[in-house]
Amino acid sequence: MTTTRQPMRDATQDIRTVQPTGAPPNPWQVFARTAGTIWSNGKARLGLIILAFFVLLAIFAPLIAPYGATENGFDRSADASPEHWLGTTAAGEDVLSQLIWGAQISIFVGLVAGALSTLVAVLVGLSWGYTRGFIADVINFIVNLFLVIPGLPLMIVIAAYLSGGGIGMIIVVVVITGWAWGARVLRSQTQSLRSRDFVTAAVFSGERPFRIVFREILPNMTSLIVGSFFGAATAAILAEAGLEFLGLGDSSIVSWGTMLFWAQNSNALLTGQWALLFAPGLCIALLATSLTLINFGVDGISNPRLREGKQR
Amino acid sequence: MTSVTAAPRGVDADPEVDEKTEAPPSRSGNPWGYILRKIGLFLLTLWAAVTVNFILPRLMPGTPADAALARLAQNGPVSEATKAAIEAQLGVPTGNLFEQYIQYLGQVVTLNFGVSYTFYPQTVSELVSTALPYTLVLVGLVTIIAFILGTLLGVLAAWKRGTWLDTLPTVGGAFMSAFPYFWTALLLLFFAGYVWRLFPTSGAYGPTATPAFTWDFFVDALYHAILPAVTILITSLGGWILGMRNTMIPTLGDDYVAFAEANGLKPRTVALRYAARNAILPNLTSFGLALGGVVGGSILVEQVFGYPGVGYLLFNAVTNQDYPLMQALFLMITLSVLVANFIVDILYGVLDPRTRR
Repeated sequence: MTTTRQPMRDATQDIRTVQPTGAPPNPWQVFARTAGTIWSNGKARLGLIILAFFVLLAIFAPLIAPYGATENGFDRSADASPEHWLGTTAAGEDVLSQLIWGAQISIFVGLVAGALSTLVAVLVGLSWGYTRGFIADVINFIVNLFLVIPGLPLMIVIAAYLSGGGIGMIIVVVVITGWAWGARVLRSQTQSLRSRDFVTAAVFSGERPFRIVFREILPNMTSLIVGSFFGAATAAILAEAGLEFLGLGDSSIVSWGTMLFWAQNSNALLTGQWALLFAPGLCIALLATSLTLINFGVDGISNPRLREGKQR
Repeated sequence: MTSVTAAPRGVDADPEVDEKTEAPPSRSGNPWGYILRKIGLFLLTLWAAVTVNFILPRLMPGTPADAALARLAQNGPVSEATKAAIEAQLGVPTGNLFEQYIQYLGQVVTLNFGVSYTFYPQTVSELVSTALPYTLVLVGLVTIIAFILGTLLGVLAAWKRGTWLDTLPTVGGAFMSAFPYFWTALLLLFFAGYVWRLFPTSGAYGPTATPAFTWDFFVDALYHAILPAVTILITSLGGWILGMRNTMIPTLGDDYVAFAEANGLKPRTVALRYAARNAILPNLTSFGLALGGVVGGSILVEQVFGYPGVGYLLFNAVTNQDYPLMQALFLMITLSVLVANFIVDILYGVLDPRTRR
């Protein structure tokens, strides 16, 4: 899996890092080595730590959050105090608790929408890369169309038609608009792998195209797929927050996007509650950054030149 | 691009010439075939985008037209002509789909999108043509600035790899590009607008100004555009830095760069005239695609700053279920991005003869 995108001159470097052929490598060994490569990258390590923090926050929200997410008997628009570290909202809810509960939505949407986008990208990208001729041209056109149509306006329009769908609707919208990029990346990699000897060998041994694509070619692209998952998840988290900020999601649920929606609608700008404006956006930015940072390490799996500590 | 022209000339003239003569000779003489093919593809994409805009409301559950008509009826009696226009646009099942489609295409070609519900009795075309210049100027200028600045920083990061000059722009860039547009906008609005009172908090021009081609209005509009512009710049800069850095690093490993270094050329010359010059092309392709993201972000930014561009109008159209306006705006936004991509494609073919295959 480390040999894929290399030009010839790096061949010696690759040979050293690749398992001897013959017995297939133990999946756990591969996983451990992959994780090791990611972890060895300083930026990716930082990203993993931040991501772990938010995941733990989301899982243990009921234990960590001082109050319920929609518990609203407190003073309205209060400043920070020992009882409410980040103050309260205009509806009298605790900002810190909402922030902690809100992590659940962002992580969930990022995970599900990212995974579904990647699934579509893998299915389309690999079949597309393996097909030739007219059908490939047609898929090419469709993918390019999806790439070139601006994502957020399309999401807004679809969300406007599907008004009031909540999280499920947001996930659907994000997947519809988010799969094309990954499909294109995976397709070009499939195309370059298609002419390799192991694929030719599989063709001659009479394997069906489906098996060749998904059993022979797919495992060689693990790092790209992981990379496009993190990319899609980042985009999904940002898109979800954006749609909810515009009030196009279900504004009764508590998420970082809806917190900012309500903050703007209740004139937090005028009342000077900077924590209410600052905190949810910072969380979105940190979570999205963590995924981008992890991708620096994922890049290093397939392209040793991008690994840290090694000069060009 | 400026990085290339800013480099000192003379020292490295000879290797450049060699490279040029070695470039694939066959089709580079005639770019017209390439341009014609691109125009054909552009028209096809345009048609597809227009068609998507037609199909979308018809795929959705319920009929938006009914909702729209009900909404319009609240404002008073609906004339037959208006009713027919709405039905044509939103797909009430009268006439078969093909007839509706032909009618819709006719509307698109004549830019006749009917009357806006929200801003009745203004027509959709009037509203769009007032809003479009603001967004085009704002997004266009900021994107070009971000591209130049981000590319330069990316070159620097790749060249000084492993030092703080690399780490700071890349980690900073990754962090900044993860900022939600609307959040950056809210923070800037809060601090620069409300707390420090440096900039106006909403609108594209002051309450006393009227849009005209005068110096005063220009200054006023510029003053109002600074905060939205800075927001877009902050959020989109990171992508350019990372993109340029990632194409630059493999380029720096190429033989001709090593050769240039071995020849004892000045590091700056090697970085800018050899490596960056070749690394910038792949980055240019993503220019067109990234533009879609910036346009999307500008919708959120305009909403926060109450900036009367296309995004703000789209937001208003959506919240008021003003479907004709919404459809026309979506079409215009897509069209702008398509045209920008088309221009980049043509430029790419001019700059890199190898792509004209």
